[in-house]
Amino acid sequence: MSSKATQQPFYLRVIVYAFVGFWLVLAAFPFLWTFWGSFKVELDFFSIADWTNALTGERTQQVHGSSFTGDGYEGAWVKEEFWRAVLNTFIVCFFVVTISLTFGTLGGYALSRSGHSYTFWLLIAALIARAMPQITLVSGYLLPFFEWNLWGYLPTSIIVLVAINQPFTLWMLHSFFQKIPKDLDESAKVDGCTQFQAFRFAIIPVMWPGVITTGLFSFLLAYNDFAVTTMLLNKENQTMVPKIASFLGTTQTEGNVMFAVAAVVSATAPLFILVMFFQRQIVSGLTAGAVKG
Amino acid sequence: MFLKKVAASVALSIVASAAMADGHAKCDIAEGRVNIVGNEFPAIQTVGAGAVACANDNVEVKTNLTAEHQTINLAGMSTTPAEYTSAIVANSSIVALMNEDVLRPLDDMVAKYGQNLKKNQLITVDGKVMAVAFMANAQHLVYRADVLEKAGIEPPKTYEDMLVGAAKIREMGLMENPLGGAYKAGWNLAQEFTNMYIGHDGAFFKAGTAEVSINNAQGVATLEMLKSLSEFMNPDYLTHDSNATSAEWKAGNVAMMNMWGSRVGPLKDEEGAAEGVAANTAIAGPMTVGGGTTPATTLWWDGFTVAKNISDADASATFQALTAAIDPSILNEETSAQAVWLIDGYEPTDAAVGVFAAAEASSVPYPMLPYQGLLHTALGAELPDFLTGKEDAAKTLADVEAAYNAAAKEQGFLK
Amino acid sequence: MKHKTFFWFFLPTGLAMLLFIVLPIVSVILQSVFVEHEAVLAVVENCGPFGCKQETTIDQSATEALRTARPLGQFAGLEIYFNRGHLATAEVSEAWRSRDGLGDFLSTINNLPFYRAMSFTLVYTFTVTPLLIVLGFAIAVGVNSLHRHLKGLVIFFSLLPMIVTPLIGSLILFWMIDSRGILGSALQWMADDPTLSLKASTGLTWVMLIVYGVWHSAPFAFVVFYAGLQTLPKDTLESAMIDGASRWQQIRYVVIPHLMPLLTFVALIQLMDNFRVLEPIVGFSAEAHATSLSWIIFNDLAGETRLLSSAAATSVLTIIGVSILLSPVLVRTWRDFHSKAE
Repeated sequence: MSSKATQQPFYLRVIVYAFVGFWLVLAAFPFLWTFWGSFKVELDFFSIADWTNALTGERTQQVHGSSFTGDGYEGAWVKEEFWRAVLNTFIVCFFVVTISLTFGTLGGYALSRSGHSYTFWLLIAALIARAMPQITLVSGYLLPFFEWNLWGYLPTSIIVLVAINQPFTLWMLHSFFQKIPKDLDESAKVDGCTQFQAFRFAIIPVMWPGVITTGLFSFLLAYNDFAVTTMLLNKENQTMVPKIASFLGTTQTEGNVMFAVAAVVSATAPLFILVMFFQRQIVSGLTAGAVKG
Repeated sequence: MFLKKVAASVALSIVASAAMADGHAKCDIAEGRVNIVGNEFPAIQTVGAGAVACANDNVEVKTNLTAEHQTINLAGMSTTPAEYTSAIVANSSIVALMNEDVLRPLDDMVAKYGQNLKKNQLITVDGKVMAVAFMANAQHLVYRADVLEKAGIEPPKTYEDMLVGAAKIREMGLMENPLGGAYKAGWNLAQEFTNMYIGHDGAFFKAGTAEVSINNAQGVATLEMLKSLSEFMNPDYLTHDSNATSAEWKAGNVAMMNMWGSRVGPLKDEEGAAEGVAANTAIAGPMTVGGGTTPATTLWWDGFTVAKNISDADASATFQALTAAIDPSILNEETSAQAVWLIDGYEPTDAAVGVFAAAEASSVPYPMLPYQGLLHTALGAELPDFLTGKEDAAKTLADVEAAYNAAAKEQGFLK
Repeated sequence: MKHKTFFWFFLPTGLAMLLFIVLPIVSVILQSVFVEHEAVLAVVENCGPFGCKQETTIDQSATEALRTARPLGQFAGLEIYFNRGHLATAEVSEAWRSRDGLGDFLSTINNLPFYRAMSFTLVYTFTVTPLLIVLGFAIAVGVNSLHRHLKGLVIFFSLLPMIVTPLIGSLILFWMIDSRGILGSALQWMADDPTLSLKASTGLTWVMLIVYGVWHSAPFAFVVFYAGLQTLPKDTLESAMIDGASRWQQIRYVVIPHLMPLLTFVALIQLMDNFRVLEPIVGFSAEAHATSLSWIIFNDLAGETRLLSSAAATSVLTIIGVSILLSPVLVRTWRDFHSKAE
């Protein structure tokens, strides 16, 4: 970072900081607003009367005698047992990420190292397959899954999410592998390694930047998925997003929106830790990759 | 290990005896598998819990109560044997299951185990019992007693009165947008059209056929009325479903609306409502329109069905468990407030009078036609064009008919 | 790489895609050329809690025979593709014959569900994709020049639009932009128009959806470009400096060419995702003003009677649409591939 090329004149630095600051406000404001509002009652958070109530918590004051209340959290976590959904989400995310990356690195590596023209067509086919709208795919799974007694279980959803996510993972890893010089594994093969050994010893050590970035997206996909988890999981196996959706109520019955808001905020907390942890990997890992590349 | 087992069995027997004491002693089912799919609102949770209480060593009872029940119940009942032995449905959603012939007639089981059921709980199609209803619902008038009094108007009996009252409230400066309603484009808006069209004595189809016929004088009058009402609503009314409409109500922005009976309880709840709103929330029966006598609303029931593709033992276990779950003994202070029960011995609460008034005013049930759902979807997609002013009424109704025809051809209802 | 080695490397991912994507696509294509059997209707008496009534129902025993004979339904060929809910060929040619000027023709066409959805989908895709790429790139360059200690925090907050579940994210934003919410009030104050409502006008609804789309997807472009910037060869950049290249020239001639493959990747993925836009329309309850192809599918499947063949046909049309949309990028990839292979 001390390189001459990245040193900036003062005015540019101001512009950059102002721009990044502006973006941060844009990106984080709705979330901070939600975080603040999650300690209010519904009438304040969705303040139809006057939006400033969301800041001051006037109704919250009247109901609870203080402008902050943990009712939403208590309702979501204690009454509705949101922790079950959290647990299920982390099981799903963990397996989706590991399986996706395992399948994806093998496939992506092979695609990047094979010069045959079918690799191009495989990539195109994967891309076209990705164009299929998810809701159609999922509603097509229902009957066979019920027929074979696979419906409702976490492993089924995990493998479906992995499969749906494969085209994206393949494309992303394929482009990362292309950036890793071929000499690396070619020379390993000259030294007498098999293709797999070359992959294992020459490629795996330098592939982490791409893998971590791809893993991040796989994780977010599994974490945020609604279409698959809501239609393929039994009520007791539900992950967070369908669970949150179920707090919102239906046409004929009132939901409890503040449970949903509190649940959203608490669902974001583990991600905060995760990103804080992995940003170091992203920054340092990517830089290391660059040196070797 | 031994101690653990003893502890577990003691715990189990305590749970079991508690359940017995709770009035579920009636379900002594010999054997079978019960798996219920249904919506997740509190009344259905009560029924589900009641069925689960019937589980014993030989009877497995599971429930999957979720808002997505409608997308999974058909697939889950089409397999052999069916994954779900029962689906809890309403008069609109039973049709999709009957169309695919996955439900079993219940006559013999009603004769055998249904002594406690009232005659009017039985949903019969062509003389065969296809479902057992346990609760009812309807849309009806909800109004703010204090605002109407201030404006010097009576709770409206007709939609025309409602318009006059709304104009007066706005004129007096009491409220900017005095009317509310779940007019969100899609299912909700189509539902309001259905209500209003029925109020105009309109017929949706040529009798005995699937040929739609709504592009007529009643259809145009219905649309004009919806538009007149919308002029007294929040400008964003096409995005307001019943959740958003309830929120508007609680914030004290609305004086009159046509709302689901099942939502009245929460509306009367002080918590989460603006000053003076909950206490002044009053309800009355549904309104009529255009000088007609049929109220502009539809009656709804929720009930249970039993799957066709299951063994007779599983079917009778399912029927027995669910009959026990809607036994009159389940009624107590908490459960009575959850719904308008059709069970013997149910005393209507304050929140239920609107639904009862709707039934007494000879309102009609939501049509149980195999192709009504297709028309509902077509209405929901095409009506916004009229309300946003893009088209005139006749053109919009012609579009609805064209959209319906395409869908009905695909489903084999029209050639 | 040998064919055999390639096969084993590719097997797991290939098998997963074959089973869960390719086979369903085949069944969807099959579904789209079949319609339900003709229903045999009968008028019967239905009774319930609210009395008895003569109603029409399906005569199951008569329909059953048809179903067992041909379980897939009636073969309809491409009929569904051409009906009013899809390409509406008859309606379009009718509109052309009875047109009263081109404007009239276009407004008639725009009243057909498929073409209405297409017009929003295309406007959305072609505004959101370039905007989010530019924004994502700018953020990546900006964040890259920040101090090391700041980066982690900034990356986390930048990811938030993507992390917060779209379902709830749009619900919260939906309230914020309500005419009485904080953003809605701010806009009214800025426009000096107390009746301004983003949700009640078609034009403003489109703008709102587009802004949301850019906001939601910019972090994706940001992360990919940011990762790409880390592999930027420093020596090339330094030699450009020595040659006296300005900062802008460095970006134009060193950074952008370096990021080009990633740009292609982001464009591919985002064109495709934006073409299938659904969540914002549902989340913002915008269906009265804007629909998309995915929304049509959603609507077909959400009804009490599900229109499976219709949804299948729209899905196939979506795939075809995406293929056409991506063809320039694909041709480019093909050329890259060939130059690589040689």
